[in-house]
Amino acid sequence: MNRPLRRVAVACLVLFGLLLVNVNLRQTVLAEGYRENPANSRVLERTYDRERGAIALSGADRTLVARSEETDGRFRYLRTYPGQGLYAHVTGFYSFIFGATGVERTEDEVLTGEDPRLFVDRVTDTLTGREPRGGDVVLTLQQAVQQAAFDALGDNRGAVVALDPRTGAVLAMVSKPTFDPNVLSSFDPAQIRASYEELNGRADKPLLNRAINQTYPPGSTFKVITSAAALQAGRTPETQVPSPTVLDLPQTSATLPNFGGGTCGGDTTTLANALRISCNTAYGQLGLDLGADALRTQSEAFGFGREDLRIPLAVAPSRFPADPNPPQTAQSAIGQFDVQVTPLQMAMVAAGVANRGQVMSPYLVQEVQAPDLSELDVAEPEVLSDAVPASVAEQLTAMMELVVNDGSATGAQIPGVRVAGKTGTAQNAEGSDPHAWFIGFAPAEDPQVAVAVIVENGGSFGSEATGGRVAAPIAKAVMQAVVGGR
Amino acid sequence: MTTPVLPEGPTRRGTELLLLAFALGISLVAYTAVGLAADGQVPSGTLGYGAGLGALFLVAHLAVRLLAPYADPLIVPCVALLNGLGLVLIRRLDFADAEQARNAGRAVPSGDAPLQLVWTALGIAAFCLVLLVVRDHTRLARYAYTSGALGVGLLLLPLLPVVGQTVNGARLWVRLGPVQVQPSEAAKVLLMVFFAAYLVSKRDVLSLASRRVAGLDLPRGRDLGPVLLAWGASLSVLVFQRDLGSSLLFFGLFIVMLYVATERTSWLLIGLGLFVGGAFLAWTTFSHVQQRVDIWLHPFDDPGGDGFQLVQSLFGLGTGGLTGTGLGQGSPDNVPFAKTDFILATVGEEMGLVGVMAVLLLFALVVERGLRTALTCRDSFGKLLATGLSFALTLQVFVIVGGVTGLIPLTGVTLPWLSYGGSSVVANWALVALLLRISDAARRPSPAPVTPGVARAALEDAPTTVVRRP
Repeated sequence: MNRPLRRVAVACLVLFGLLLVNVNLRQTVLAEGYRENPANSRVLERTYDRERGAIALSGADRTLVARSEETDGRFRYLRTYPGQGLYAHVTGFYSFIFGATGVERTEDEVLTGEDPRLFVDRVTDTLTGREPRGGDVVLTLQQAVQQAAFDALGDNRGAVVALDPRTGAVLAMVSKPTFDPNVLSSFDPAQIRASYEELNGRADKPLLNRAINQTYPPGSTFKVITSAAALQAGRTPETQVPSPTVLDLPQTSATLPNFGGGTCGGDTTTLANALRISCNTAYGQLGLDLGADALRTQSEAFGFGREDLRIPLAVAPSRFPADPNPPQTAQSAIGQFDVQVTPLQMAMVAAGVANRGQVMSPYLVQEVQAPDLSELDVAEPEVLSDAVPASVAEQLTAMMELVVNDGSATGAQIPGVRVAGKTGTAQNAEGSDPHAWFIGFAPAEDPQVAVAVIVENGGSFGSEATGGRVAAPIAKAVMQAVVGGR
Repeated sequence: MTTPVLPEGPTRRGTELLLLAFALGISLVAYTAVGLAADGQVPSGTLGYGAGLGALFLVAHLAVRLLAPYADPLIVPCVALLNGLGLVLIRRLDFADAEQARNAGRAVPSGDAPLQLVWTALGIAAFCLVLLVVRDHTRLARYAYTSGALGVGLLLLPLLPVVGQTVNGARLWVRLGPVQVQPSEAAKVLLMVFFAAYLVSKRDVLSLASRRVAGLDLPRGRDLGPVLLAWGASLSVLVFQRDLGSSLLFFGLFIVMLYVATERTSWLLIGLGLFVGGAFLAWTTFSHVQQRVDIWLHPFDDPGGDGFQLVQSLFGLGTGGLTGTGLGQGSPDNVPFAKTDFILATVGEEMGLVGVMAVLLLFALVVERGLRTALTCRDSFGKLLATGLSFALTLQVFVIVGGVTGLIPLTGVTLPWLSYGGSSVVANWALVALLLRISDAARRPSPAPVTPGVARAALEDAPTTVVRRP
């Protein structure tokens, strides 16, 4: 009986061998696939088991805009956003079905505690048996400014960006319509899916952060850039420029009229006056004289064409057309044709002029803090580019002040405060109402805030809308929140 | 003729005691780790649990020392460690159940670990009882037909009205007052005794060949009877009780024991053919068999529905990875039936590949000692019974571990000593007692030189020994 018995022993060995090979395969080679399978809730449970760091605002009261709340449910910590729609596009949401967006995504390593800067904390947590916690992210946003922008924009579709021109810190970033990240970050998969599908399917795209991820034609606000190029090319605010009622464009039978078919008060006018009344024909001619390359170079000096701008949210690049012919160049000089900008980019133009010609890199994260609120990293303002010399910036400021004091942007005036600005009324798709724009900064002599406002299709004013009528009052409210005044 | 006095061989009982202490130590460390993970402090019951488990191990050891002093010293410590780990895992899953109940606002269940400790005590009592009653395993052969009839009766018990219970689609439970018992576990041991005795008595007839076909000695047609009977019985277990695992276990066991008894490879091939035929028949006839195969082939087609069990088990294994999440730190309660059939998924998740391999090697070690016992055993009955007991253990581990880890279609049987369940623990401790009884006989120094004519069968297999001329 020993011969078959030995064979049975070999069979047993083979059976155990098969089991061992199989578990080795499953727990090493195939393990990662199992771990990352979307149907595997274990990794998520662990994620939600640990307290995620908060997203806060700087300032004495340290307002929390995103925080982890302990619950009794299957997942321990629920992510909540006390501001609901107010900071939604900056914080993003934190969904276990659709992942994270916004700062929740870009600063995920800090918030989960995986960031290398939190290494020491992780080690001490392990050694002392303290529950590990993520670090906090402090934003540059200021609650009063954000709230003012949010309220002033009202129910209009559009965006507001406010920067501190001296540092590049983003003081307000609002995109409308907005959404409530609380719903998307809940623990109810059915509710999350339903809400996401509803938001994603809407024509007015509430999940889109218009301030940085949507580009628009800048319209007449681009004339600030054209002016900057002209001043750099040796012209002065007093230089006489041709300003016909209708500009004949070369190589074509097309013409460039003024807004509403109006005149610019004579066949020639000063550069400063052309900006004040937003004279299209004068700027079309300037564009033809300066050429597309000069305009593009000036645009890029203000930040156009940067593919890799992160604040730390990725910003869509703004563009000046690649190779326009002369009529297209004339159109581009007044911010039409194929010029495409983000609201943030136009705020950077205003901020560059305000900061004596230097554009600072915009940033949203002021500080990264350890769980005990000790400071791990503080933002250091950086120069993004030198857009114009200080002397040109001064001339531009004076010209833009004129626009607010006695031009198309009187709606942005703040009593007792010198405000500089420029309106825009940008034609876009055939048959739809123009977008209303305003860019500007205040106080003109010591700028503390630079803003860009866009109201898509003129908001409630529709075809009657102009940048001066619709966008300027919104910008005024935002600037007032920084500089005070009534 | 005088009986020469031989020097006492080493019993190795001291080794066994040392290894048992080691097994107790590991179990206690694991128990403490579970408590620490659950609420951050050494569980208050550690001392009581340690004392209880230690006392049980000690009783088992003393029983072996007194009743089977020459038995293999490795088997009891391995089984004790598996049992101790099983208790820890069940307690860990109790914590998870309690937490789930708290979260859902239900009353917190009392937990299964204390009950399993009681079952372990009963298992060790059964172990001692078998060692005490069965002083010579060869005498069991006399009760072949009694134990065979008892085994079949136990198998059929769940089919009876009133006492029979259907649980999760399989009718293999019997309600005895407040407790549910799965009699197939006890039937397994009884039927093995019957198989061994029957096959030893009939081996000469069964090894008769009628003709040689393609190098194989085929048995006579009329000798096919018992095999076909076993096959039919296994299939009827499958049909009437819907118990795929037990059916596979019984048939495989019978064929292997038949092969060892007769030394005829043809029986193995006939058995394999019948298995393939039966499996195909079952697959075409029963939707639940088809479903099991489909889940095995494509577990991720419906991860939230049919494939849920297996998918969750694989997720557990994957999440555990090489070293596991640590006891009490994973989510093994995501796997349905984590305490019973799927307990290895908990091992895989929280103790990792390392833990799974350790558990499998513990089983392999018990099997290896069992087969070694069979090889050294001097009588045919003991040889065959030890082979059966060892192979049954291998097959059971293979069927359930293979099912839980996706190697073969899932069939529900318990993982001996680890899984929660009284019938399984008690029956498997009794199985170990039988193995030790045979081992004791095999390793006991022979009292007298074997004389010709006595136990010729054993003599054929016995090694040549040098006998001093008087």
